[in-house]
Order: sequence, then C-alpha cells, then structure tokens
Amino acid sequence: MAQKLIPELLVEDNKFCPGCGHGIVNRVLAEVLEELGLADKAVGSLAVGCGCLMMDTFGTDWVQAPHGRAAAVAVGVKRVRPECCVFTYQGDGDSLAIGFSETMYAAIRNENITAIIVNNGIFGMTGGQMAPTSLPGQRTTTSPKGRDAALTGQPLNIINQMKNLPVGYLARGSVDTAKEINKVKKYIRTGIETQMKGGGYSMIEILSPCPTNWKMTLQNSLDHIRSTVRATYPLGEFVKDGERTDA
Amino acid sequence: MTKASKKRLHMVQHHERCKGCGFCILECPKEALSVSDDVNRKGYPLVKLDEEKCIVCAICHTVCPDYVFERREVA
Amino acid sequence: MSYRLMKGNDALAEAAVRAGCRFFGGYPITPQSEILEYLSSRLPEVGGTFLQAESELSGINMVYGAAAAGFRAMTSSSGPGFSLLQEGISYIASAELPAVIVDVQRYGSGLGDIFQAQSDYHQATRGGGHGDYRMLVFAPSSVQESVDLMGLAFDKAEQYRNPCLILSDASIAQMMEPVKLPEMQEVDPDKPWAAKGKNGGDFKRITSTMYYIEDFDGYIKAKFDSMAAAEQRWENVEVEDADIVLVAYGISSRICKEAVAIARSRGIRLGLLRPITLWPFPTNAFKEVNSEVKAYLTVELSALPKLEDDVKIACEMKTPVKHFLGGANIPESSAIVEEAVSILNSREEVSWLKN
Repeated sequence: MAQKLIPELLVEDNKFCPGCGHGIVNRVLAEVLEELGLADKAVGSLAVGCGCLMMDTFGTDWVQAPHGRAAAVAVGVKRVRPECCVFTYQGDGDSLAIGFSETMYAAIRNENITAIIVNNGIFGMTGGQMAPTSLPGQRTTTSPKGRDAALTGQPLNIINQMKNLPVGYLARGSVDTAKEINKVKKYIRTGIETQMKGGGYSMIEILSPCPTNWKMTLQNSLDHIRSTVRATYPLGEFVKDGERTDA
Repeated sequence: MTKASKKRLHMVQHHERCKGCGFCILECPKEALSVSDDVNRKGYPLVKLDEEKCIVCAICHTVCPDYVFERREVA
Repeated sequence: MSYRLMKGNDALAEAAVRAGCRFFGGYPITPQSEILEYLSSRLPEVGGTFLQAESELSGINMVYGAAAAGFRAMTSSSGPGFSLLQEGISYIASAELPAVIVDVQRYGSGLGDIFQAQSDYHQATRGGGHGDYRMLVFAPSSVQESVDLMGLAFDKAEQYRNPCLILSDASIAQMMEPVKLPEMQEVDPDKPWAAKGKNGGDFKRITSTMYYIEDFDGYIKAKFDSMAAAEQRWENVEVEDADIVLVAYGISSRICKEAVAIARSRGIRLGLLRPITLWPFPTNAFKEVNSEVKAYLTVELSALPKLEDDVKIACEMKTPVKHFLGGANIPESSAIVEEAVSILNSREEVSWLKN
C-alpha cells in the first residue's frame, strides 16, 4: 500500500458546503494533474456557480469567465497556448443552461480541451433553483410543486447531445461511493490524456450530491443518486479515442 | 504486503478541515469511524477513528470532500 | 514606403496583424464582415488563429481567453453584435486585460439597418457593459487613420491593461483609400501576468481585480483618471477665430472639414473640432477655441443627438450647443454651412445666452 496524501494543488481548504461533491472532484482532479505532471502547465477556466469557489483554493492558473462562457474562454487559451493543459470546471446550471451554446460548440468543433461538468441537478450558489438537469417531479425553489416536464422540458442529458459528434472522449461518473469516485478519477485522467495527445474534445460529467439545496441528509442524497439520478444519467464511458463505446 | 510494513501506514486526520458530513462514516467498511462528542473550531463534530478496527484502506480518504484523511507513513 | 489601396475594414484587419494581433474570434455582421474574411486567411499566414465563433458572446470570450494567455487579441462587430459584446468587454476590463474591439457602426436600435451611421456613441463612450470601467475609444476618419489608430489601440490596451475600442462606421469601413502600412511587429506573449501554467511559480487568478486590490475604488478611479488626462486626442481646424465651431468625428468630420472650407471662402468664420478619442473626450481641445465663439454645432449620423452631451460638458454649458443630425444619410457640406449661418443669425440663441 502506498501513501495517500492530499495533493499540493489543494492549497487551501475548500469553501463548499458539508457533503458537497465538489470537494471530492477537486481532490481527484488535483491528483490527476499532479500524477500526469501537468500541474505547472494547467490553465483552468471557470465561470459562475459553486464551482468557482475553487479559484482561491486550487492552485492552478485560472481565468474566470462570465456565467456560462467558460468553454469559449478555454478555447481562447488553448488555441494560443496549445502546450497547456486547458480545462473547464463548471456546474450543470452554468455549463448547460446559460452556457449551453458555448459548451456544445466547443464539442462541435472538437476543441482540444477537457470539460468537467459537475451535475447536481440544481443551481446551487443561488439557492437551489431548477436547472436543465433537474429531474421530473424534482422540487426546487423555482419548481416548488416538482418539475413539470410538460412545461419545462425533460432533463438535459448532455452526453446524448454530444455522443454523435466527432469528439475525443465522453464519460459520466458519480461521487456517491468510493468505487465510483475511483472511476471518476480514471475518467478525468483519460479525458486529460486525450487532450494532451491531441485527441480532441473530452468531457466528463460527474453526478454529485447537494445536500444543502436538496434539503436531504448526505445519506439520503447518496441514496437518491444511486436509486434515482443514475437512472436518468447512466454512468460509464460513452466515447473513447473518438469512437462510440455504447453503440 | 507484510504485517510489519502495513503497521507503518496510518490514517492521519486533519480535524480542523472536517465539516461533519459523515461520508467517511457511511463508507467505512469496518465501522472504524464514529461521531465523537468533541467539535472542531468550526463547530463540527469530530470523527473518531478506532485504530483497532482500521485496516488503513483509505476509503475515508477517497470519499472525504474536505481532505481530512491521509494515509501516511508514521515512524 | 509605397501606398496600398485598401478598403477600410481590410486595412483595420491588416493593421491589427501588423500590430502583433495573433488571435481573432468573431461573428459575421454587416458592415464589418470583411474583417473576418480578411483575417481568416491572413492570421494563419503569421502563425495566428482565426476562429469564427458561434456568436458574438462566444467570440468576445475567446478573445478574453487569448488575452488572458498574454496574446494580442481582437474581435469586431457592429450595432446589434456590439451589444452582445458588452458582457465580455466588462469582464475583460474588470480582469484588467488588454484587448482591442472594433465596432463598425450601422444605423438604428434593434435590428436597425446596415447603412452608415454613428448610432453607438453612448454605448461606446460610457462603457456599454455593467459596472465601473471605460474603454479608450478611437474614432478614425479615414482608412489611413484606421491603420494608425489600430496600432496605437493595441499599445494603449497593453499599457493600461484595458480594452480599447476602434469606433469606425460603415462609410470609413467600406471606402477604399491609399494607405501606408506600418512594419510587422512581433509581440512577446509571455507577460508576467499571463495564464500559461504556473511553471513553478505562484498560481495566477485572472478575474475581477477588485478581489485582490486594497482600496479598489481609489485604485480604479485613479487608473481611469490618468487615462482621461493623458490620452485625449483631437484635431482642430481653424477654431482660433471661429464664430461657430463644428464638432464631429469619423465620417461626419470629413464633411465638416469641407464645410469649413466652403464657409471660409464665403467669409464665414467656421471651425471644426474633431475628437480622435471619444473617451476620453478631448476637453482640452476646447481651450484652443476662440473664447468669443457664439455656438458649437455637433454633426453626427444619428437619429438622436449624442455627441452634444459631451460638448455641453466640455464647454461647461457656457456656450450654446446645437446639433445637426444626418440620420443614416451623409449630409451635404453646404447644408451644414447653412445651418451654421442660421444659428449665427438666430436671435433666440442670443437670448438663451443672456439667461
């Protein structure tokens, strides 16, 4: 057994709520960047939402984009500095509501960047409003009687939107168990390796609990992901090395 | 892995970082973790580690969102 | 150096390349699309990147990213597209990054139309996005000046770490004139502040600088005050003895120059004050004007007067300020002269002055 130390990239304690999955994703991403020797040449792009709280605690270079526009900013960085490891880190509201166009077009152009999208099914920072990813019937502060899919649409499955595009790598993980967290780490590693070998766009969506805004205990939040959320958002690798793995 | 070398690795806790979410307690396969009566400076209850039950698997490290646990070689 | 016959938009694009611009992200809109078309083939020739974005929103944020990485970067748009750039411009200003934005003005609000106009004055000079910032705004009145101001805009953007705007219009951008082009510049993108990976140093956070600067209010005010004091540019034509001084920029100022010549040939003492920077507005230029001047007459291609506001501020309301609006039509120089004459003959103005 080897030591398991806290990555040096985590320069300060994170600012997320108790039980929030962002902290886990932060640690896993930091481990991957350090293990691949990319900590010194990584540039992250984040925008607005709980994810942006990591700008002071996660020690890579950062550019903070307007809400939703992290992918466009990342594209600007990567196109002029192709030697850098350029990634976006966003929540589902940021990347898939206001930022849907920028997110999709980065994939459509098969931009050589890695997108990390943490999906907790709500807008967290603003207090738990409905997101494109909210499940039918899900109670949020803007769908107090539960999301009515007839009025607001079905939950947005971004991998279904992207998997027919000529992209490098698409995977969906979850941080609800240790086993799945280890898979998330593998997915992020594969995504970043895809970018660094010039393999095109990589995106890893990560299902994550938000006990605060779900108004659930952590235990119930984790059970909810396993029993319900995963049914709408299945886990696994969907595109690898530019090839569909589920076809 | 010999018993001797295994003994050198311990789970080290950074209690001041803990926000008391309890993920580690839920996931510990040996029920070696429990809530103690003490709280840290943030006011969150400390997680108590039972060294006798701990197998140093570091699942607590894997699931902890707040970087509380490290598996370290301790002399 | 020999002259080259170039269209205004092409000249802006070539001047940007020669000023070291190595990234362009933008979206087509008339009357600025030639800038995209030109750069789509020109930038790759010098190792730069041209990217046709899915929207102006995306284009300005690509520029934000490339600028954050230390490279000279630019986008261009017009009217409705210029509105879409405002969010990104505010972020670039807030992060204190250099970038150049071109607005080739067209007519009207909403969709408006593609005719020449000077409709975007307020949006350009007041900081069209949210918050506390200004852009240096350069207003070329010829293709040659488009070239000259482009190089200056990139230098000033870097000097102040602030976005700069070239405010052109459909006439200047679509006309062809002979120009002298500057030499090609190579600019080092490895600025100490550039996001390029921390490479063993401290990690860099490119975001609103207000998070990391003590007394930010004082700091940012001092920054824009120093720009306002140092960067005023103008051209005065026969203002020392003028009874009426025209104030106009861009295409309008060219008509006004002709109007001054016509008026002078008829013995009418007409002058022209031509702002080259619209922010900072060249208030110092007014010190050169005849202290007995009877009125200022602003001339702009717009349905509503806009330039008038700044002239009233600059002359501290001590002199009557009238406006002549061309709308989407470039006025005849003789019509401007007639307007000046009628102001001179107007009794109403004299009584206004006494109040």
